[in-house]
Amino acid sequence: MTTPLLSCRRLTRRFGGVVALDGLDLEVEAASVLGLIGPNGSGKTTFFNVVTGLFPANAGEIRFAGAPITSLRPQAVHRAGIARTFQRSRLCLPLSIFDNLMVGNHQHLDHRLWFNLVRRQVLRRQIEENYRAARELLHIFDPPLADRMMEPAARIPMIDRRRVEVCRALISRPKLLLLDEPSAGMTHEETLRLMDDILEVQQKLGGLTIILIEHEMSVIERVTRRCVVLNYGRKIAEGAYAEVSRDPEVREAYLGLE
Amino acid sequence: MRSRAIAALFTALVTAYAWLLLRAESQGAIAALILVGIAAGILAMRTQLLRPVARSLGSNERFAQGLAFAAVVVIALALRDDDFALLLLTRVLIVIVACLGLNVQFGYAGVVNFAGASFFGVGGYTAAVLASSARLPHLLVLLAGGVTAALAGTVLLLPILRTRGHYAALITIAFALLFRTFLEVNDALGGPQGLKLGEMRIGPLRFNDPISAGPFEGSFYLRYIAVALVLVALAFAVVQRLDRSWVGVALDTVRLDEIAAASFGMDIARWKIAAFTVGNFIIGVAGALSAFMIGFIAPNNYSFAESLIFVSILLLGGIGSAWGLSLATAIVILLPEKFQIIQEYRFLMFAALVVLTLLFRPVGLVPRPLRRLVGPPLS
Repeated sequence: MTTPLLSCRRLTRRFGGVVALDGLDLEVEAASVLGLIGPNGSGKTTFFNVVTGLFPANAGEIRFAGAPITSLRPQAVHRAGIARTFQRSRLCLPLSIFDNLMVGNHQHLDHRLWFNLVRRQVLRRQIEENYRAARELLHIFDPPLADRMMEPAARIPMIDRRRVEVCRALISRPKLLLLDEPSAGMTHEETLRLMDDILEVQQKLGGLTIILIEHEMSVIERVTRRCVVLNYGRKIAEGAYAEVSRDPEVREAYLGLE
Repeated sequence: MRSRAIAALFTALVTAYAWLLLRAESQGAIAALILVGIAAGILAMRTQLLRPVARSLGSNERFAQGLAFAAVVVIALALRDDDFALLLLTRVLIVIVACLGLNVQFGYAGVVNFAGASFFGVGGYTAAVLASSARLPHLLVLLAGGVTAALAGTVLLLPILRTRGHYAALITIAFALLFRTFLEVNDALGGPQGLKLGEMRIGPLRFNDPISAGPFEGSFYLRYIAVALVLVALAFAVVQRLDRSWVGVALDTVRLDEIAAASFGMDIARWKIAAFTVGNFIIGVAGALSAFMIGFIAPNNYSFAESLIFVSILLLGGIGSAWGLSLATAIVILLPEKFQIIQEYRFLMFAALVVLTLLFRPVGLVPRPLRRLVGPPLS
């Protein structure tokens, strides 16, 4: 086995008396899709928040591409090459779709005050280049949406907001993409289509690694080769979905079976 | 072409109205004019009569700015010997500049500044001290007013940048209250009596001499109006260029969603400081010019209540909207000065105005347009 892109050792995060992550060990191989499943409150989203630096870990270590990122701020984690979507859509609704995509590309844009105030010709060229790139990316997901990039994000339906959010995470060409329940608020077919589009981008980018939190098991079954099941912040099973879904502990955690 | 003609006609009407209002002296006439203004405003909103005008002006910003510039020049020339009216007009222009600065902080980055008048005052006092003690060219003194205000703001905000929520607002309130007390007890800055400023000069121009060039005679305020108009143009350019750039996108994101902003690599503290500093610089320059124009400054001019008026101008005009705050400034400054009956109750009136705005038109009089980085701006 090659060295994993992301590896966590004994990762722990507590909120008061609640242990959201309890000594979690987890590894993701480069260029793979890992499914992260588990009942509500099992620590899946907390895991994303700890990896991205929004919540500091209480104990344990996270290594990404060989370097420790455990105590980095969210900004530095993103620069290292990790991008994410959120469970509840976090688009800036009053801004245009294009602006929202550019939020995702922040680290590649020139933000010096003087440049933005004075070098308007160069800025205009940068904007046009970025517009073309954003349009191309959005086109993979939904061609009609690519023509509406100057409309406010508030005006598009939920499924398109999901697409924009995924594109916002993809546009900076991250090494690792964290998808937090992309199916929330979408029909089964819409979710499958979105996942197919994400896999298409993964092919194009070559080497993109994805961790997917998902409640729709058919989605997990279809797009992941390996998944990890969490319960009370601990890993209770790991492997292909077909194996994991037969595991008695997993069935009990999910369905409450004896 | 036709829509441009309509927009020009509209501007001419507004110009005539503003001229009438500035000119009028009897309270009855002023009351009638205000009623006409309110009625026209409501009518325009209800019937969407202004749609073509808004579209024309919105799609061609340069044209709109040219019209507004011309309108101010025409009004100033028409009132050339009316000192009081010109004083009011200059005051409106200067407060527009200050509110444009506040707009960068509040409207873009979401840093609430309840000490706008204090930073205006820092600029004013800097101008007063420098103009009397140092032999600096007065244009540099204006700049120095901006720099001091920017520095004061940065020092104030640095320690609390890591906190979230409303701490910054509380700190600015504390600063606003402290600043006035500090001025009142500080003898070097004139205490409660304040300081006088000498005449403003730029090159050979002496600002307090009346203007006479051949048959043309005018009030000395015309020079101040010219400088204020240049400042408005510069501040407008800075604010709108910031808005339509990567910086504008970053500031909006920091205001709307700090978690998303941080997750995509934005340094929130850096952007807040940047917006606060740029905004205070603009406010400080406006304060310095204001001090020169009035020729006398005192702690009373820079009270917390004045800061609240600045904020209410932003709310009334439409948060983040440069055109909106310009219109709101004209209303908020001119109304109590011309219609003296409400002078006593002006704070009550502004409070009511803000509440009514938030209730019935929360986007403000002229809502901020959507940023369109690519393609022509649409209304």
